[in-house]
Amino acid sequence: MTAAGGSEAFVRFADVQKSYDGETLVVKSLNLDIERGEFLTMLGPSGSGKTTCLMMLAGFETATFGEIFLDGRPINNVAPHRRDIGMVFQNYALFPHMTVHENLAFPLEVRKLGKAEVEERVARALDMVELAGFGGRRPAQLSGGQQQRVAVARALVFEPKLVLMDEPLGALDKQLREQMQFEIRHIHERLGVTVVYVTHDQSEALTMSNRIAVFNDGVIQQLSTPEGLYERPENAFVAQFIGENNRLVGAVSERHGDTCAVTTVEGEVVKALAVSCGTTGEPTTLSLRPERVTVAPEPGSCPNVFDAVVEELIYLGDHVRSRLRLLGNDEFIVKVPNSGLIRPMRVGETVQVGWSAEDCRALDSPSTAPVFD
Amino acid sequence: MSAVSPDTPAMLTTADGAPLKVSFDRALRRSRLKALALVLPLFAFLLITFLVPIGDMLLRSVENQLVGNVLHRTVKALDHWDQGSGELPDEEAFAALVADFQEGRENRTIGRVGVRLNYESGGMSSLFRKTGRRAKRITEAPFREAMIKLDKRWGNLDVWRLIKRESDAYTASYYLSAVDMRFIADGSIARQDENRQIYVRLFGRTLWLSLVITVLCLLLGYPISYLMATLPVRTSNLLMIMVLLPFWTSLLVRTTCWIALLQQQGVINDLLVWVGIIGEDNRLAMIHNRTGTIIAMTHILLPFMVLPLYSVMKTIPPSYLRAARSLGANPFTAFVRVYMPNTVAGVGAGSILVFIIAIGYYITPALVGGTSGTLISNFIAHHMQVSLNWGLAAALGALLLAAVLALYVLYDKIVGIDNMKLG
Repeated sequence: MTAAGGSEAFVRFADVQKSYDGETLVVKSLNLDIERGEFLTMLGPSGSGKTTCLMMLAGFETATFGEIFLDGRPINNVAPHRRDIGMVFQNYALFPHMTVHENLAFPLEVRKLGKAEVEERVARALDMVELAGFGGRRPAQLSGGQQQRVAVARALVFEPKLVLMDEPLGALDKQLREQMQFEIRHIHERLGVTVVYVTHDQSEALTMSNRIAVFNDGVIQQLSTPEGLYERPENAFVAQFIGENNRLVGAVSERHGDTCAVTTVEGEVVKALAVSCGTTGEPTTLSLRPERVTVAPEPGSCPNVFDAVVEELIYLGDHVRSRLRLLGNDEFIVKVPNSGLIRPMRVGETVQVGWSAEDCRALDSPSTAPVFD
Repeated sequence: MSAVSPDTPAMLTTADGAPLKVSFDRALRRSRLKALALVLPLFAFLLITFLVPIGDMLLRSVENQLVGNVLHRTVKALDHWDQGSGELPDEEAFAALVADFQEGRENRTIGRVGVRLNYESGGMSSLFRKTGRRAKRITEAPFREAMIKLDKRWGNLDVWRLIKRESDAYTASYYLSAVDMRFIADGSIARQDENRQIYVRLFGRTLWLSLVITVLCLLLGYPISYLMATLPVRTSNLLMIMVLLPFWTSLLVRTTCWIALLQQQGVINDLLVWVGIIGEDNRLAMIHNRTGTIIAMTHILLPFMVLPLYSVMKTIPPSYLRAARSLGANPFTAFVRVYMPNTVAGVGAGSILVFIIAIGYYITPALVGGTSGTLISNFIAHHMQVSLNWGLAAALGALLLAAVLALYVLYDKIVGIDNMKLG
């Protein structure tokens, strides 16, 4: 990919910066390429700059510096209504004084399409979201899920090149949200439209996206596929933000190419995969997924084996969630599958736990990583 | 369990056997009494200061006890007089009239009857004053000749017809006057003479000026309300204070300021002459006429438009406009097709509020209205304070009240009162 004009990427943010007050940067030098037909999610905690990026793309905020390209064309000076970008808003923003049919016809009418074509396209859009027959209703007469579908249909009915979604499922309850996640994904697959999706819900991002850009503090921390983010977080923030994660702090004591040895505060040595840790002597955060820890491993099967004290057990049916104390961390979580093979643990007893070096990733220093509970 | 036979529906009871309905009412009674006690002071206040005076006013607009009370003998004697016969009433009626005059003169009520009948027919007041002064000299029959000798108008059939007509306890004559009609001598209804027709024109002017003021308030208030609803809180609060500032200033001070600004030797005229836009001898007449009323009242009523508009606009999420823009509507289309329809409730509430206040406004038109800018309320005040024709004032007021209620019903039919948002 070349920097000149963005010939390959469908959407390109080139060195985009945004400040609201002239004192602090909300978005710090953002570079992001989005492919045609891609479902890209901007994920991050509130205030991380993800919505600002979306609003700059939609044209409701202007970039303080840098340029945004859409289909190779710079769009900084293009008015929102000329960008041909569909958008689904957080609270749907359906027009309450219009019926569903009128809401869907609105983008077509302002484009001066013929009456017959408007009718045909509206009918097709209603079919797509399985709301045929609801055209005469007002938004207030629909359930949350139905309103959501109308909002999606309205953003797609004029066949835009790009659809933006700003936390569109935030107002729905859990079950409906999961159902809508699939529906939106299916619509995306069927139409092949490019989608940029903003959310702070990591499971939503993992379910729906081709790629996820994890935002924090105005910077993209990692841009990767859902699998890549979960399996191979590149820094302590991403490891902590995506999925459940055990953190162990220590300092690098030895480093051999991809692997390293980390000495914890208590003096124990853990073998880990060197990802973004520094050189020997520098502090590091070890990241370890709870499901990758084995209780009572076969002797010799794991390079890392430590004694742990069981602090708490929560029975969750398919697995038992156990809180252990080891290596100075009493929030160490292990998910023990309920397979019937493993002897049940008791609170207060000491057990052995082990893990492989590949599953334990040595990331950047804990001082730079914010803590999430 | 209850001992009710299965084919009659069982009456629900509480544990102590009392019917559920009774227990339920008993449980609610306390809270009902409490609620009543809370509204009672306001209710009493409204009853005494609002409902009773309005009822009294409505009564006054048709009440007509005076003639029947003071001329009670005459009215009784006129019972069997056929006013269509073309003949004067008989001697008995004249005798009764003399007796009534003598009594009315004693207790000083006869003059009021004259004033009352003068509303219906000019000259009655002077006839009654003159007759009142001299009636005590008439002591013996024939009374008819004596009275006609005293003033030959007593020989006029129309005077007698008028007395008979106005002897009823209730009359429609005030309402007829209020719409420029009157009873003519034979008891039928006709239009007032051309040069005495004022009220219909005044009502028309009042409605028209109120409409103009409402439209002006809407035109001026809509953009400022939109600004206040969309700007950051700090700026919008400042704007709000500026909008409300007139509320905190005395009405008289504001009106006087308008006089200082708009009069012929006032600030604006001086400025225009100084700049050279108008000549020294064509200074604009902007006050003590219709223009003055419109300008000053628009200024005074603007907050009543802005507040409901603002409160409605505040609830419209900015995402509506953004959604419209993203769907391809240019800013103007987005505003007209998406934003404005959502402000209808505020426009309706503000307009009806301004219109209803304007229609009964008194002080400002009285101060700056001159002759062409006075409204119906100024005439009501005139009849209350100067001419003391309270019946006519009450009839005009009742018509005004009816107009407002009609508007209210119309608004309910078109927009719906439920949609009204006042704040």
